[in-house]
Amino acid sequence: MDDLLREFITETNESLDVVDVELVKFEQEPNNATILNNIFRLVHTIKGTCGFLGLPRLEGIAHAAETLMGKFRDGAPVTQEAVSLILISIDQIKDILAELEAAEGEEPQGDDSELIGKLEDMSAKADAAMASGAEPEAEAAEEAPAEADAADGDDPDQALERPLRPGEVSLDELERAFQQTEIEVEVAEVEIAETEDIAEEVDEPAPAPVAAKTEAKAEPQKKADAQKSGAEGGEKKAPGGSVSNKSIRVAVDTLEHLMTMVSELVLTRNQLLEIVRRHEDSEFKVPLQRLSNVTAELQEGVMATRMQPIGNAWQKLPRIVRDLSQELEKPIELEMIGADTELDRQVLEMIKDPLTHMVRNSADHGLEGPEERRAAGKPEKGTITLAAYHEGGHIIIEVRDDGKGIDVEKVKSKVLERGLATEAEFEKMTDSQIHKFIFAAGFSTAAEVTSVSGRGVGMDVVRNNIELIGGTVDLRSTTGKGSSFIIKIPLTLAIVSTLIVEASGDRFAIPQLSVVELVRVQTNSEHRIERIKDTPVLRLRNKLLPLVHLSQLLGIYEGEDVDQAIDSDNGFIVVMQVGSQTFGVVVDGVFHTEEIVVKPMSSMLRNLNMFSGNTILGDGSVIMIIDPNGIAGAMASHASSSVAESEDEEQEGLQRKSMSSQNAISLLLFRAGAPEPKAVPLSLVTRLEEFEVSKIERSNGRDLVQYRGSLMPLVYVNDGDGHKTEGTQPMLVFSDSGRSMGLVVDEIVDIVEDLMNIEVGSERPGVLGSAVVKERATEILDLGYYLPQAFEDWFMRKEMDIEALTKKVLFVDDSSFFRNMLTPVLKAAGYDVTTCIGPQQAFELLENGDKFHAIVSDIEMPEINGFEFCESLRRDPRFRNIPILALSSMVTPASIERGRQAGFDDYVAKFDRPGLIAALKDVFSNELGVAA
Amino acid sequence: MSVLEHKLNSDAGAGSDMIQYVTVVIGGQLFGLPISQVHDVFVPESVTRVPMSAPEVQGVLNLRGRIVTAINMRRRLHLPPLEDEQMMAVGIEYKFESYGLVIDTVGEVLTLPAASSEPNPSNLDRRWAEISGGVHRLDGQLMVILDVDRLLGAMFTEPMVAA
Repeated sequence: MDDLLREFITETNESLDVVDVELVKFEQEPNNATILNNIFRLVHTIKGTCGFLGLPRLEGIAHAAETLMGKFRDGAPVTQEAVSLILISIDQIKDILAELEAAEGEEPQGDDSELIGKLEDMSAKADAAMASGAEPEAEAAEEAPAEADAADGDDPDQALERPLRPGEVSLDELERAFQQTEIEVEVAEVEIAETEDIAEEVDEPAPAPVAAKTEAKAEPQKKADAQKSGAEGGEKKAPGGSVSNKSIRVAVDTLEHLMTMVSELVLTRNQLLEIVRRHEDSEFKVPLQRLSNVTAELQEGVMATRMQPIGNAWQKLPRIVRDLSQELEKPIELEMIGADTELDRQVLEMIKDPLTHMVRNSADHGLEGPEERRAAGKPEKGTITLAAYHEGGHIIIEVRDDGKGIDVEKVKSKVLERGLATEAEFEKMTDSQIHKFIFAAGFSTAAEVTSVSGRGVGMDVVRNNIELIGGTVDLRSTTGKGSSFIIKIPLTLAIVSTLIVEASGDRFAIPQLSVVELVRVQTNSEHRIERIKDTPVLRLRNKLLPLVHLSQLLGIYEGEDVDQAIDSDNGFIVVMQVGSQTFGVVVDGVFHTEEIVVKPMSSMLRNLNMFSGNTILGDGSVIMIIDPNGIAGAMASHASSSVAESEDEEQEGLQRKSMSSQNAISLLLFRAGAPEPKAVPLSLVTRLEEFEVSKIERSNGRDLVQYRGSLMPLVYVNDGDGHKTEGTQPMLVFSDSGRSMGLVVDEIVDIVEDLMNIEVGSERPGVLGSAVVKERATEILDLGYYLPQAFEDWFMRKEMDIEALTKKVLFVDDSSFFRNMLTPVLKAAGYDVTTCIGPQQAFELLENGDKFHAIVSDIEMPEINGFEFCESLRRDPRFRNIPILALSSMVTPASIERGRQAGFDDYVAKFDRPGLIAALKDVFSNELGVAA
Repeated sequence: MSVLEHKLNSDAGAGSDMIQYVTVVIGGQLFGLPISQVHDVFVPESVTRVPMSAPEVQGVLNLRGRIVTAINMRRRLHLPPLEDEQMMAVGIEYKFESYGLVIDTVGEVLTLPAASSEPNPSNLDRRWAEISGGVHRLDGQLMVILDVDRLLGAMFTEPMVAA
């Protein structure tokens, strides 16, 4: 695509945005000639350029639209219908432009005759209206602008190949006009946009285009320039328009680069200042101070180049509101306050869509219809207010409507229906907490899905987008008075204000935006760390705040016992809020706040979701920047793992009660640590191996052997056991999905086929219980306890389920390892388990008429994942009521939500086996008799 | 790639097939890095450790305003850590990002004929073979060629060996 065309597309797009806004204004004040002139000028420029660049489709539409507008200017009454038609034409032009851009300059094929026809009809109607309005002199005037337009489009060197369009004039007439207006050519060349002003003098029609055309014959480039300057001249005169001739276009990349360089400069300056601070009477002090000031100014200056008024993001809104207003038949006024508030263009881009969505929502759901408003004693016209202002390094954007407010009852019933909360939970909630449910995924209060909003991808998407840029969104609503959304976003993404804290001797930066407050704890002070069992909590005003030590979250705690990381006598609690989650992060020290320039992490480290980046501090050291979202996620899983622990005990109780499996299974007998035999189901053991003791290596605090090209961690049956010191070391190898673990044993005794009847349950971790195998009491090991010792996330990938003897459970998991391993565990809890290697097989079983009381499904499966599996089951009336549980390694609020949407009754973390058992118990006690 | 690098590369290519290596010592073994890949040699100071990263990642540090990811080569090669001695680091660039290979000491620059390099002996420790681009026989000792692409590339695909 050549530069000229590219320039044309950029410029035209900008002009069209302006036209949109102006037209809406014009509709409201049809008598404002300035606005009309402005629109007319812009459309005219577009049309002219199209003709010059050889874009007949665009030209045709622009021409017809301009003709219609010409009628308005000549006094034809402005109707809503006509404005809509022009707006449609503008949209059409935009579409063609978009295709033009995509096709690298090829104008797309298409037929606009219908649209043009409508425009022409409308022009004719306008003529008729004017004629009846008895303004004969207008007739002549109307011809003039049209004439000008026509001239622009036609190549005078060619004979006319088609009949004149309405409003066009013949070449002869043009020539005559040219002769008559020679004197004015100089002026017109520069300011084509003035054409219509001059043209209004009926005697001297259309001098400018002719002049431009003359130029064009000799030097096409010059003509484009002339037109451009014309357009700019026009803009300059338009009230409120930008001052284009004092600005230049700069590529965004150039600015980005400049910004990076300045960031570097700031960092270097900070380092220099730090050095000078250590030398009291340094001669560098004065020049450095100056450097510092200049740097600060430079930084501000460069930042300013990236700043754009938020009005840019609002530009499309008046048009959208106008269209909505018509579509919904609600008169709506859009009020915009603080449109000149500036923010970083990167941020601006990212809030555009959320804002649009919120305005749509306000118009559709927030505002009532005119009758309802009248009945409520409000003015018929609803108002949506957009306000933007600065507040403490942030930008606050408010979208407010004076509608009916959020209907708490409606929200409640919707929440119940979606199963997002229960009636009991509601009782504890304030109205504002209930309001916040509209941000929950898949929630939409609109009773009917309208074309405007209510597509079910509403406010949760908005919230996600805003949170993505480190912002927050809040909501206030008063019934009958209206509601307002308050968005808080950082001024820029490049510079972040952070709190520097210390944990286990390392410093970390926490973004201030997510820090709510800091609490100093001391035993005798009002704020004390208390413990529920082993879980530390803080009583803060009227809330209990869950606590976790930062070094625990980051896995860098160096003391003896992780549970003791939180010293109740000393420490600081950083109270953080991420989304709706509030929690306390305990740190060893808090230093100061610092404005830092975020640098992306090396791609090797980018998989660490605890950090959002890193930076260089004033003292020259590198610091990691904590990602609040990562912390919140870790916090959640931290909590669920402690739940898992406590439920372990319950599970074992269950197992003791009913432990029988009908089939004999092969057991591998071995000894480890103690003389009494131990056993594991043979089907779980991948291989028996012996390694030379010298092959066992110690690395990173654990024993490893090289096994089949990767490192295999060794796990001991009892803590504190060691491997042999000489000879060979036997071990049981368990492999799954490319991972292996070696369970170190003293001696492999035998393989026997026996019933695995656990007769005495165990309280000891790692042992399911004792069974009689080969007439000896034998400990049956719980592999579920050992596998995570090798790979912490082993169970995050795989796990299974349980039942109650009479209950038939279908378990779907693609990994044979976990199917094998969990089947005994499930049987231990008394369920009759059928396993499937995937949804496909499960479908077959179900189709064959096999009945199950519940289904437990893995989520992460190839081909058909658990969500899809569940969704397709739910579509079948036969399986609509069968309890289905999800097992997944991904336990985030979002995935749980996704699970609920898919139709799962419960969602259990893979490492949370006791949770699964409890969940199964739950569904059976709740759904007694409902099961398929 | 700097101009210098290009020049060196073309020199190496056009010249008598000689390659210049910066030699480094890791755990008593001599290694060679093609000089074109070495950007600088520095003493790694005030390294900030990165929690939850792969064990070989010693941390991140500030090298003249750039944040460099330091890879502890001893850990990468499964060697015991160096006691009480100042380590050195070689700055390299990989996929437009800066990395520092933390090694024991830096030696000299050797110019060796490309043809004299030999493939890895088949019984070489697999973990070593995976990052070695061949072996040069020198007087009295062997020099293992460090293949930077393989060294770092492997760390992306298998970021964690054992949790």
